[in-house]
Amino acid sequence: MRAHLKTRLGAGLGAGVALALALGAADTALAEVESKDPIKLTLHDWTGQLITTKLMGSVLTKAGYNVEYVQADYIAQFAGLKTGDLHVAMEIWETTGREAMDEATATGNVENLGETGMQAVEEWWYPAYMKEKCPGLPNWEALNDCAEAFSTPETAPKGRYLGGPVTWGGFDDERVEALELDYEVVHAGTDAALFAELESAYQRQAPVLLWVYAPHWAPIKYEGEWVEFPEYTPECYADASWGSNPDMAYDCAKPRGPIWKVSWAGVKDKWPGAHSAIKAFQVSNEEMGAMVAAVDLDGKDLDAVVADWIAKNEATWSQWVSN
Amino acid sequence: MKARTLPLSPLAVTWLGLAAATAVLAQTSGELAKALDARWLTKLPRELRLPLKDEISAFMKWLVEEANFGLFTFTDLTRGIAWLLAQPYELAKGLLVGGFVQGLGDEAVQLLPPLSWAAVIFVVAALGHYAKSLRLAVFVGLCFLYLALFGQWQSAMVTLASILIAVPLGVAGGLLLGIAGYRWPWFDRLLTPVLDLMQTVPVFAYLVPILFLFGFGPVSALVATLVYAMPPMVRITTLALRGVPSEVREFGVMVGCTSRQMTWRIMVPSAMPGLMVGVNQVIMLSLNMVIIASMIGAGGLGYDVLTSLRRLDIGGGLEAGVAIVVLAIALDRLSQAFVKRPPPEHGEGPLSFVMRHPYALTALGVILVTGLLGLVWPFLQSYPAAAQFTTGPFWENLVRSINVNFFDQLEAVKTFMLLNLLIPVKRFLLGVPWPWFILLVTLAGWQLGRWKLALLCLLLSAFILVNGLWEDAMVTLYLCGVSVLIAAAIGIPVGVLAAQNARAGRVIGGVIDTLQTLPSFVYLIPVVMLFRVGDFSAMIAVVLYALAPAVRYTAHGIRSIDPQLIEAGTVSGCTRWQLLWRIKLPLALPEIMLGVNQTIMLALSMLVITALVGTRDLGQEVYVALTKADTGRGIVAGVSVAFIAIIADRLIAAGAARARARLGLVAQGAH
Repeated sequence: MRAHLKTRLGAGLGAGVALALALGAADTALAEVESKDPIKLTLHDWTGQLITTKLMGSVLTKAGYNVEYVQADYIAQFAGLKTGDLHVAMEIWETTGREAMDEATATGNVENLGETGMQAVEEWWYPAYMKEKCPGLPNWEALNDCAEAFSTPETAPKGRYLGGPVTWGGFDDERVEALELDYEVVHAGTDAALFAELESAYQRQAPVLLWVYAPHWAPIKYEGEWVEFPEYTPECYADASWGSNPDMAYDCAKPRGPIWKVSWAGVKDKWPGAHSAIKAFQVSNEEMGAMVAAVDLDGKDLDAVVADWIAKNEATWSQWVSN
Repeated sequence: MKARTLPLSPLAVTWLGLAAATAVLAQTSGELAKALDARWLTKLPRELRLPLKDEISAFMKWLVEEANFGLFTFTDLTRGIAWLLAQPYELAKGLLVGGFVQGLGDEAVQLLPPLSWAAVIFVVAALGHYAKSLRLAVFVGLCFLYLALFGQWQSAMVTLASILIAVPLGVAGGLLLGIAGYRWPWFDRLLTPVLDLMQTVPVFAYLVPILFLFGFGPVSALVATLVYAMPPMVRITTLALRGVPSEVREFGVMVGCTSRQMTWRIMVPSAMPGLMVGVNQVIMLSLNMVIIASMIGAGGLGYDVLTSLRRLDIGGGLEAGVAIVVLAIALDRLSQAFVKRPPPEHGEGPLSFVMRHPYALTALGVILVTGLLGLVWPFLQSYPAAAQFTTGPFWENLVRSINVNFFDQLEAVKTFMLLNLLIPVKRFLLGVPWPWFILLVTLAGWQLGRWKLALLCLLLSAFILVNGLWEDAMVTLYLCGVSVLIAAAIGIPVGVLAAQNARAGRVIGGVIDTLQTLPSFVYLIPVVMLFRVGDFSAMIAVVLYALAPAVRYTAHGIRSIDPQLIEAGTVSGCTRWQLLWRIKLPLALPEIMLGVNQTIMLALSMLVITALVGTRDLGQEVYVALTKADTGRGIVAGVSVAFIAIIADRLIAAGAARARARLGLVAQGAH
């Protein structure tokens, strides 16, 4: 699977730094920690990742560690993780970061700290009101019957599917061909553009079929469903003869998979306690979805949402640090 | 003056013939290639492509991982520079935002708070008063008050901190390079193409190498800002120094200046007004970079714009965007005022220290007092959240109501434009076989600038071809061409209006300034909501951004026509309409062409940003390379954009020069 970056609006790159010293509540440290040097956690540009990282950071702070948050790009950060410039990255998606992560762990300088407990989902998605116009959904075989309903003047009579930015990969062009769908794939440049179109269509209750991923605020804010394609298997992508189309691969759904945590390999020796705490970190899609919605939809302050979770889930996170 | 009836010259006939041939070729190239079994006509075979991008990537890898000067590696050097740059930045940031702390994490103790909002507003107002007048003081004070009122203070100060570092460095670097270019013509010749590239290669293309070299820090953003904002300062410095009257220079020689004294005591002070124009440009361009800088971690207002729009919080994005505009306008007016400030009068007798520095001392006093009072009344230290405003919901509802009520009408307009303009142009450009296209460009170069320009056109377009980017380049040309056409169609009449009517001119000037400094992201997302992802949305964004020079140069061209010529027209009984069509527009033509030229440059630079709404051109290629951290791919695509810009620039400049030469004759004939 090709690595494709989730570069959100503006995306890009980045390294940089909003050097936000964690001036969190100064609880008395639970234990004497191994090193007072700051552990550098990377921040990217989507809310869920910010929350995951701040949760981990708050827990580490509670355990007495010093934490520093560094703004860095999703893929470019691996360069920093290899050298030890950066220490911990909390969200590497199976769907988008697998290749970069495997390449980095293969060098021995980066360690995979296991799953975060969240599952990444990426698939074709439509708002619930489209089900009236296309009753066969969510089965993918209904898509061709409704191509007209999903069309726009530029694509008619074909339907229009708004795919993610080219950089996300996803093989949608191939999928359309392999499953013989009467759809034209239009690529949005960023996820902001993607969801701007969804918002616009939703306001007008107009037809729209697009790439949505979770955990994200969109499937929480808008009512809708994922299209059900034939289930993904590695053979489907690798072997042309698999599936309904004997001559082409990609005649199935997109892979789903865990979101991983990774760290610089040196974390284990320098901060063993922190290392095991990060390894133990677990949140579910539902918990994360609720927090993302609180920030992006209800406009709550991100740090307040994180602090609230920390206050309510002491039983959970104190387990992580006590190991 | 009589109306010129142009019989078609043989030259015009030739070009018309070529155009007709091109049209036929564009229609039939597909079948032609099939019939001749020559697919290379439409697509360059893979074997003929240069592996340039892989080589650049390999070189970059070598530079980062292996290059060594013996005692230290290349990366050590760049990291050292990064460390040096970080020091003043941290200082400025501490002063304006974070305060100064000691210790890390939980042990951090704040030693000094940052300057309070009240103190900063006072200081900028005092600067305004010092530079010009009470009116300016109130104006810049209000600009900064906007930042506090709308809750943008923290972010604005982060942005301001990086501007405060980037601008002096950009000015100093530009000044030194400019002086070197002035003193040694060979250096100038060497520098000019480099500056051309710095100004036309999209920023996204060199972000990756900068990140590799300067590491994960706000310093990378600073370096990118410098690369982008410095070239005008260099050019303006050289120009301003050349413009110093020879009497001044001779005077310097007569009093026996050394060459160092000559430069710093005579030439630079005499060229000051010109140099300050450069300073102003550096400020504006640095602020243009705020968004891109925030993508690589500079934080501040740019980051707010991006995150707001990621949440589809249109109002929030707009308010942060306007904060950038406000900051730009305040800094611009201040720097302008400093240029025009009369030199201090030399009074008799020595003054006391206090009398000599009334402003600095008062400002210092206010900083101290507000700092101390801030300890007692926290609202003086940081602007209270309860007193902040937001207009966010208003903008959100506005876009929503347009979307819900007028979408069908907008859709109709869009479909009409797509079917009748955009798609035909795209088909046409993609249809023209590349050998024919390169031939035409080369011919145009020969026509306007003989073999030198012809060779340039040939080489630059061949570069794009052999790197396998021909199709992307054609899509770029199509999007850019259509946008420029529309921008000119709107901008030139608006420019004429601005020149004819002083009041309209002022309003138009304000709108144009805002459009240019308002980050395009702010309107990109609402445009996508109304027009969907695609070329049409991209085109609207490009037109909005690239409109400014067409308006400005047209207005300037018409305003600067010799009034005698207009009088001559009036005397010989021209109506207002005739005056405009027969005298003003033809005479302003060279200026208008330069304006169109600038519009093309801006349109090209904007294409990289429209890649974010899904165009499939060179901009997208640069953007994809950026997200994949592929140095070579980004640079090759970026340089291709630059080459298109350079070809367009050289052709139009040559054309404008010819037009000017011809008008010289016309002008004489009119007398």
